[in-house]
Amino acid sequence: MLSRVASSIYWMARYIERAENLARFVDVTINVSLDHSTVQQWESLIRATGDEKLFQKNYGAYTSENVRQFLTFDDDYSSSMLSCITAARENARTVREAISSESWEALNNFYLLLTTAATRDITFANSELYTEIKKQSHLFSGIFDSTMSRDKGWYFANIGRFLERADKTSRILDVKYFTLLPNVSDIGTTVDDLLWSAVLRSVSGFEMFRKRYHTLTIGRIIDFLVLDTRFPRAITYCVRTAAGSLAKVGGPDQASGNIALQRADALVKKLSTATTQTVIEGGLHEFIDSMQSELNGLGVAIGDTYFAKRVQKQSQSQSQSQT
Amino acid sequence: MKKTLSFANYDDEGFFDELFTVDGKPRQGAESLVERINGLSDEGLLARQREIEAALLRMGITFTVYGDDAGTEKIFPFDLIPRIVQASDWRHIEAGLKQRITALNRFLNDVYHGQDIVKAGVIPREMLEKARSFRPQCVGLTPPGGVWCHITGTDLVRHSDGAIYVLEDNLRCPSGVSYVLQNRLVMKRSFPDVFSDSGVRPVVNYSTKLLETMLSVAPNGVEEPTVVVLTPGIYNSAYYEHSFLAQQMGVELVQGDDLVVENDRVYMFTTDGLEQVDVIYRRIDDDFMDPLAFRKDSMLGVPGLMNAYRKGNVTLCNAPGTGVADDKVIYAYVPDMIRFYLGEEPILPNVPTYICQREEDRKYVLSHLDELVVKAANEAGGYGMLIGPHSTKEQQRQFAELIEADPRNYIAQPTLALSRVPTIVGDHFEGRHVDLRPYILCGESIWVLPGGLTRVALTKGSLVVNSSQGGGSKDTWVIAGFAADVADAESTI
Repeated sequence: MLSRVASSIYWMARYIERAENLARFVDVTINVSLDHSTVQQWESLIRATGDEKLFQKNYGAYTSENVRQFLTFDDDYSSSMLSCITAARENARTVREAISSESWEALNNFYLLLTTAATRDITFANSELYTEIKKQSHLFSGIFDSTMSRDKGWYFANIGRFLERADKTSRILDVKYFTLLPNVSDIGTTVDDLLWSAVLRSVSGFEMFRKRYHTLTIGRIIDFLVLDTRFPRAITYCVRTAAGSLAKVGGPDQASGNIALQRADALVKKLSTATTQTVIEGGLHEFIDSMQSELNGLGVAIGDTYFAKRVQKQSQSQSQSQT
Repeated sequence: MKKTLSFANYDDEGFFDELFTVDGKPRQGAESLVERINGLSDEGLLARQREIEAALLRMGITFTVYGDDAGTEKIFPFDLIPRIVQASDWRHIEAGLKQRITALNRFLNDVYHGQDIVKAGVIPREMLEKARSFRPQCVGLTPPGGVWCHITGTDLVRHSDGAIYVLEDNLRCPSGVSYVLQNRLVMKRSFPDVFSDSGVRPVVNYSTKLLETMLSVAPNGVEEPTVVVLTPGIYNSAYYEHSFLAQQMGVELVQGDDLVVENDRVYMFTTDGLEQVDVIYRRIDDDFMDPLAFRKDSMLGVPGLMNAYRKGNVTLCNAPGTGVADDKVIYAYVPDMIRFYLGEEPILPNVPTYICQREEDRKYVLSHLDELVVKAANEAGGYGMLIGPHSTKEQQRQFAELIEADPRNYIAQPTLALSRVPTIVGDHFEGRHVDLRPYILCGESIWVLPGGLTRVALTKGSLVVNSSQGGGSKDTWVIAGFAADVADAESTI
């Protein structure tokens, strides 16, 4: 597969996943704020994106309208849902021949829907719209999964999707943990708190968590969101899936050492040896911090290994194989 | 039921109509369509038109509007009423196109080798030497199989005398075939029953034939050739088509910077390293293809590509240099080429053409500017053109100056009364002028797509059908005549 095409498919999937996660976060916050009318909820949402500075410069106050506008329709903000879907579509448009027509149409429709919504009043950025955005993303994934052969194009999309998801789950957990946890000694106590269940809901994990554990404790929530191997938004599940797809791609430099594959293996190993206990003892924030930097590192390694256009490596390996 | 969108009150205004005979009867193959449309309410018909437009937008079948900062994408306007080509007309067209492309390929090979046609005095040397698109870089080259022009999109028009003329050959990178395929797709959804009744010949296998053509001209000795489509990129107005064709053929769509030339071989950058490319369907003009051989400022091309081609390590479709036969002065000599190379009379006539370089012709042109269509020899897309009867005195004066200054660069033709097809205009039908661009594939053998792009000038009375100048398109139905045609008619797939 062409390096440029692989890169575009990877980013297309990442941007769609990013928009979907954002929609879910905002939707849950709308719900929570109906019960707990507090500015803090909206502020922590911006903190989870890591773009507080830009927000403060352009908007100032953490009101519901401001935050929704910023995260949904702001085309000056490169990670707003509108910007993400626009970027996803631009990427898809450059590789239309490499993805199924049905996938392209679904994404193009998603884009048209969002650009139309963006022309309307911000009051229309409500639960209904966020539900629609999630649905559009699911629709795309479903169509993509059921119309694409399991070859490089699909694997690169899957890698993008799951790395993005791992990143988003870790961010929301990090921020909420910081905001909500009054005391480290509370880790084991039962919290049937609306706000913690909202964290689970924001990754569509509440129902699955309940099936597994019934009562909420902080330790169980961490276990579920970080270390679970079956819940499709848990960090470990996401990293394993991405690493599995990466192994399927295989690719160059296997003999001399493929940095992307090596990094992915190391990350899987790290997560499989971690326990709730070790994560909490070392500090959840510190754990997530290092997780995020390793996810970033893996992203860079994938770019260098598969997307960069290199003549050098090839001619070396050619001359090697000739001798 | 409101019914003003009916053919009952349709007036051909004295033009040749492609859907109706002079006495107002549907032409053969159009009966079922006319009956169906007359039986639909206005709302039913307009709803279909809207559905099609929405589908084209949803599918992203758009072209980029140049000169618009926002990079606006628009759908190519589409009109619901198809253009019908009867079986007998089609047989004539098909035979004429095959003859013409055979002669043109012979001419291209000759012009870059011995130039027998010049030596024989059929084409004056000065006419050839001044063709701006003659490529000295191609002299002495012989592409695989001797085929220069693999994909041609010839523009045909029908005059009020009922005869079909060749207007242009388009031997470089003719576009529009994706619209042919997509127009058919949306029309089949809107009028499934009419298709099964009318014996419309299918166009769906174009991409298969295109791939076969590419594979048949691969460099000698390549077992499983790797074919790619080379596009200038997403901002090119025909990008959709490039991507569509690559997808339909199941080959990579590459941009210039996806390719690299090493040791006179062409490679593409893939996730597994470099992979060699054997056949390139390039949708980039000669000028921009290789900055080392042609324009040095090209950012779109592949440095060294021409060398790889010259060494026979890669096939380029179409071959560089075909543009010389697109020069409108050289076009005027195509009937003579057919006689010279094939010893046959041309089946499809040219539009009579005055060559301003000839003194006699020039005198006539300059004194009849208000009647003639004047064209610059090297322009395309409806630019650099004067339509005499629709022009002002001032425009005629400007063209007179241009012609005097550079006569070799201008030709003139009589203004043809192009045939028309009924078109939805508000709440009724009006005739609009059309042309027809069939597509010819030439590899080991020659194949003509039974269909083509019917472009329609949507402005009342206008003769300019180009999409850049207010043109739209219609589906083109070639009606099966012979039993062999019927066997592959649209209804059977």
